[in-house]
Amino acid sequence: MNIVVPVKLVPDLVEELEIDDGGTALDTTWLRFILNEVDEHALEQALLLKESLSGTVSVISLDGEGVDDVLFASSAKGVDRLIKLTGVDYGVNVNNHAMARFYATTVRILEPDLVLVGVQAHNDLDGSLGPLLAEYVGMPYVGYVSGIAPINGRCRVRKEYPGGLIAEMDVEMPAVLGVQAAESPPRYVAISRIRQAMKTAAVDEQAAPDLDTTGGPMVDSMFKPETAERATMITGDEDEVAGRIVDLLRELGKA
Amino acid sequence: MSQDIHVIVEHLRGQVADITYVAVAAARRLATGTGGGVAAVLLGHDGETLAGDLAADRVVYIDDPALADFNPEHYNVILADLIGGDPPRCVLFGDTSMGAEVAGVLSARLSMPLVSRCRSVDAANGRLRFISQICGGKILVEGDIPEPNALITMVPGGYKPEQGRGETAPEVTRTSVSPLGSGRVAFAGYQEPKAEDIDISTTPILVAIGRGIANEDNVELAEELAETLGGAVCASRPVVDQGWLPTTRMVGKSGKRVKPDVYLALGISGAPEHVEGMSDSDLTIAVNTDPEAPIFDVAQYGSEVDLLDLLPVLIERVRAAKGG
Repeated sequence: MNIVVPVKLVPDLVEELEIDDGGTALDTTWLRFILNEVDEHALEQALLLKESLSGTVSVISLDGEGVDDVLFASSAKGVDRLIKLTGVDYGVNVNNHAMARFYATTVRILEPDLVLVGVQAHNDLDGSLGPLLAEYVGMPYVGYVSGIAPINGRCRVRKEYPGGLIAEMDVEMPAVLGVQAAESPPRYVAISRIRQAMKTAAVDEQAAPDLDTTGGPMVDSMFKPETAERATMITGDEDEVAGRIVDLLRELGKA
Repeated sequence: MSQDIHVIVEHLRGQVADITYVAVAAARRLATGTGGGVAAVLLGHDGETLAGDLAADRVVYIDDPALADFNPEHYNVILADLIGGDPPRCVLFGDTSMGAEVAGVLSARLSMPLVSRCRSVDAANGRLRFISQICGGKILVEGDIPEPNALITMVPGGYKPEQGRGETAPEVTRTSVSPLGSGRVAFAGYQEPKAEDIDISTTPILVAIGRGIANEDNVELAEELAETLGGAVCASRPVVDQGWLPTTRMVGKSGKRVKPDVYLALGISGAPEHVEGMSDSDLTIAVNTDPEAPIFDVAQYGSEVDLLDLLPVLIERVRAAKGG
């Protein structure tokens, strides 16, 4: 079972987000990029399948700040091949159509049985990566997947619907699957093993094809939402806050 | 090329999803700008009446036994024919586990631009505009809906489902399709949600925990508070994905919709996917150290104290208030 995991780095929402002077994009000066959270699950699911069925896992990423750390951490977790597409950076205006075209070129060469992607990212504005990539490489796509069991050239996948309902679907391989959650939480890897991977793992650098962003909208204004009503903030230390919460509960007859 | 706006009807087990009504409300707004009509496109089996209360001008109904349950490949084939054959100005989907993947494939297959996470639309001076929300609801972006045609996936929040409900049933046109082959994706069946210890959708007091709970050991503190209050613990996605609580306790887009008297949101940022499941709570009190957390836009009361400092004190206070 050969699996490719194309990843996406996204702004870390823990940091304060600032809009740049042009008013149409995030100011990247202080922005920290981290691996898209559900990509961690796609990667974990790939490693679980490799461990139960043998095979290889390759991770592909565009270039940019933080990418090498992500690649070496993946290697420390058990990824066999690290591929970095150079000449294009997450920090510039690469939309998902463009990213899918980049990754399609590499996926076609690698000819995997499965491509596992995170089902979505918080900054997707032109659809998610998975279905676009699937169509560019001519593979079927099923997303919101939280379980994958390969049987005879097909995968039985668990697809999540609202309210906790699961649909089971059989998908012919090769296929692209959008992972919502791996069957077990993403594994932790010790920093010492990542350091070791930095010394031993090789990153295969490949020049990215020309950027083509056709298919996404243009943004002419970016702003922070203004809400009509915002929460009344309870100030003070934990003792004062706890006291006020108990008062509120008492007013409702709940404490 | 038509100036009509199409809405792809999302339905599951005989029930049309709220997001379809939201999309119809947006479609009506767009149609005032284009001068075209609103058509609901319904794929199903023995489900002709499903679109009867949509505020659409007409319904295009495609019936096939293979469409009884959602199969993305069938939708892709049928809609590529329908949309590609006579492209409407815009096609609206829900930004959901059904709509998002069909819209993505069609965008690539038909080379038609796609706008996702759309919250509201506008039509003025001959221009169609979108506003989408990104970065967990912390950022909004605005722009022109691409011409001459575009696919759009809608998120909740901009319109109430009632705005997409109509009083008279729209006219239904049945359209036939070529026989659907076995294809590369086959629907195999449903797995019902697991039997639940507690049904959080009917629990009046919920202590909801998110990423801010930091580690599994702290879940006990939330359990203790819930027990003291006579309520239950529920969670946002990251907590469930870590395996700290069962999926039956998940609130949000792919979890439960809850409407308790009190929703105590601890360490939850308030991403749109979570808010979708709890915005009907009577009273929401949110605790999060990030002053910009979108949960404060939903909550009536908020605090920026560290929930791990707060929890032990709050448990004691509630216990004291309850007389021991």
